Amino acid sequence: MSKRVPLEGSFATAEAARMADVDVIAAYPITPQSHIIERMSEFVHNGELKAAFVPVESEHSAMSACWGASGAGARTYTATASQGFFLMHEVLYFVAGMRLPVVMAVSNRAVGPPANIWGDYSDAMSASYTGWLQVFAANNQEIFDFTLSAFRIAEDPRVLLPFMIHMDGFTLSHVVEAVFLPEQEEVDAFLPPYKHPYAYNPDNPCCYGSVMSPATYGELKKAQDVHVRGTIPVIKEIWKEFGDRFGRYYKPIDSYKAEGAKTLLMVAGGLSETAKIAVDKRREQGESVGLLTLHLWRPFPFEDLYKAVEGAENLVVFDRAPTLGGPTGPIIGEMKAALFGVRNDLRVAGILGAFCGRNLEVTEFEEVIDRGNAICERGSQEMVETVGIRG
Amino acid sequence: MAPDTIKVGKHQIDAKEYLAPGHTFCTGCGEALAIRLACKAIGNDAIIAMATGCSEVCTSPLPVTSWQLPWLHTLFENAGAEISGIEAGLKAMMRKGKAPERDIKFVAMGGDGGTSDIGLQSLSGALERGHDFLYLCWDNEAYMNTGIQRSSATPYGASTTTAPAGKLSMGQSTQKKNLVEIFAAHGIPYVATASPSYPFDFINKVKKGVAIKGPAYIHVYAVCPTGWRTTSDRTIEIGKLATETGVFPLYEIEGGKYRINYEPKNLKPVEEYLKAQGRFRHLSPSEIAKIQEKVNEDFALLKERAERLPAG
Ligand SMILES: Cc1ncc(C[n+]2csc(CCOP(=O)(O)OP(=O)(O)O)c2C)c(N)n1
Ligand code: SF4
Ligand SMILES: [Mg+2]
Repeated sequence: MSKRVPLEGSFATAEAARMADVDVIAAYPITPQSHIIERMSEFVHNGELKAAFVPVESEHSAMSACWGASGAGARTYTATASQGFFLMHEVLYFVAGMRLPVVMAVSNRAVGPPANIWGDYSDAMSASYTGWLQVFAANNQEIFDFTLSAFRIAEDPRVLLPFMIHMDGFTLSHVVEAVFLPEQEEVDAFLPPYKHPYAYNPDNPCCYGSVMSPATYGELKKAQDVHVRGTIPVIKEIWKEFGDRFGRYYKPIDSYKAEGAKTLLMVAGGLSETAKIAVDKRREQGESVGLLTLHLWRPFPFEDLYKAVEGAENLVVFDRAPTLGGPTGPIIGEMKAALFGVRNDLRVAGILGAFCGRNLEVTEFEEVIDRGNAICERGSQEMVETVGIRG
Repeated sequence: MAPDTIKVGKHQIDAKEYLAPGHTFCTGCGEALAIRLACKAIGNDAIIAMATGCSEVCTSPLPVTSWQLPWLHTLFENAGAEISGIEAGLKAMMRKGKAPERDIKFVAMGGDGGTSDIGLQSLSGALERGHDFLYLCWDNEAYMNTGIQRSSATPYGASTTTAPAGKLSMGQSTQKKNLVEIFAAHGIPYVATASPSYPFDFINKVKKGVAIKGPAYIHVYAVCPTGWRTTSDRTIEIGKLATETGVFPLYEIEGGKYRINYEPKNLKPVEEYLKAQGRFRHLSPSEIAKIQEKVNEDFALLKERAERLPAG
């Protein structure tokens, strides 16, 4: 029996980590992530969760302590955002390369300068090549579900990789929504204890983090890449089991009113729910448009993308991270790269916006659809096209 | 059967080698010797986290390793945080019945660069939080692994590749950062200096450091023949000179109380120590006099502290 409770996004991910019975939380506060780790330390200090809360002195140390704890065999959880995420960067690669299933919630926030605290995906997008598995949640239920299933996926012996749950800073992290929470027994039945095959152990001394020469590095990185890519079937299998147990099914890319649609709009994260309303409006007016909500960012869901865009003529991708001096936005660019040579008949447009918490209204998503379609018809666009941004 | 311990005079030393031969340290490396002895004092039931530096690179070139203990290379600046996570993780699992109760020795190691500069914050955090671990700093007074660049532990007057002696400079123009006092100021239960030139004193301190509950810090003098421009057969001798001249005194701070472990009747002139190393070759008599003055001052200050706050 599950119960439905009002929870802000921060508490939804914290609740999932509590129900997962994590052993260690090592974290450092930053807006808009603070509520998550405050809630975690409350759990620990009230006795609601038997875990060590390590109040480290920086995010670099947070991720380093998570690495140590996870490597020692402890179920490990943390959270951060923006500047803190950037300070962690060096360590992110090592946690992935060491095959450690650390689970981290990221309350996505723009990067300075200028100093700010509001949401976009500048932080998320900087970690695309770190080897972490990554999903974008669109609402608080998804934040709970993705956090809980992240432990199961990350710790699966076929995976053993760290997992990031991206959740919009403020617009999800600080917004209360109704969330279904399962019973503890249901969670325990879904999530077996974590057991790393090579946890630090004096009875079985191993050497971790050797020095490698050009003679072997390339092979190792190739193997790591093949491994990360190869986790998609396991992710799908576990999400399917999650659905069977809890009644909510997830896919790498969700399709909404997409069947037979001439134009598909693609959005990641919480704004996909606003985009849904824009699609509803346009459908009512008889327009052939649907929505793709991008959930799984890493590994990149190639097959799911090809399936999702079957039959479509135009794909309009919306992005929330500036790529200063680079080609277009990160999601737009990767979608184009993935489709090139596979679906040359599909016209792809990309529009950026909603930087640093700038709100995007339903009418602006309608504008995205219209301008996207126009770009597709025209067959060319500016390198950077934005919506809702002056200048 | 091989003996478990080797007897040297009245001392017993673990016969087991935890740092296997075949590593790539330079001949006569003081750091290698220090690690070998430290591990004999630590023994089994340990987990070691090591910061980037010579000792990491020289002991773990894939596909071989010198480590007979569970060992991990952290990064350059995070050994303190890493050992915090390992200790917190294993202890949490023991409390929850997920791991068997046992006394594991948590040990972090780093060079002077990884300790006094880039890793200072991470170590300070770990000490302040009170994790139960021993930190061993191998002080060879520069970034040796990357080619003898200066660190904040490089002594005044030493020539390094980023603070070289030249027409306009006499090498390092700043005084060596006093890490021992910095860590003692964290109020941790045990802080000490040690040197492999005094192996039994060193081994005893490491044993003490791992046995004490809570954080312990040992600052280990590690002669680097390559970076100090000496010959590889003089490592022990130079280590002794450092202590006999008062450049590197051996002392402990236990619960805030001082104990000087070795006090020569008369300190040898510092010049003897400086002249033995190419990194000080360029120093003029007046610079040497200045260094002598500072050594006298520091040693007097240490003695004054030890008299004021004596360990029992
Ligand atoms: C973040 C980072 N910056 C710089 C380096 C390059 N680096 C590796 S080891 C090292 C110097 C190590 O010096 P120290 O800690 O004194 O150890 P030693 O090699 O002297 O034993 C440097 C600068 C690095 N690995 N990581
Ligand atoms: S450079 Fe110095 S510290 Fe490094 S291995 Fe050689 S002697 Fe040892
Ligand atoms: Mg050094």
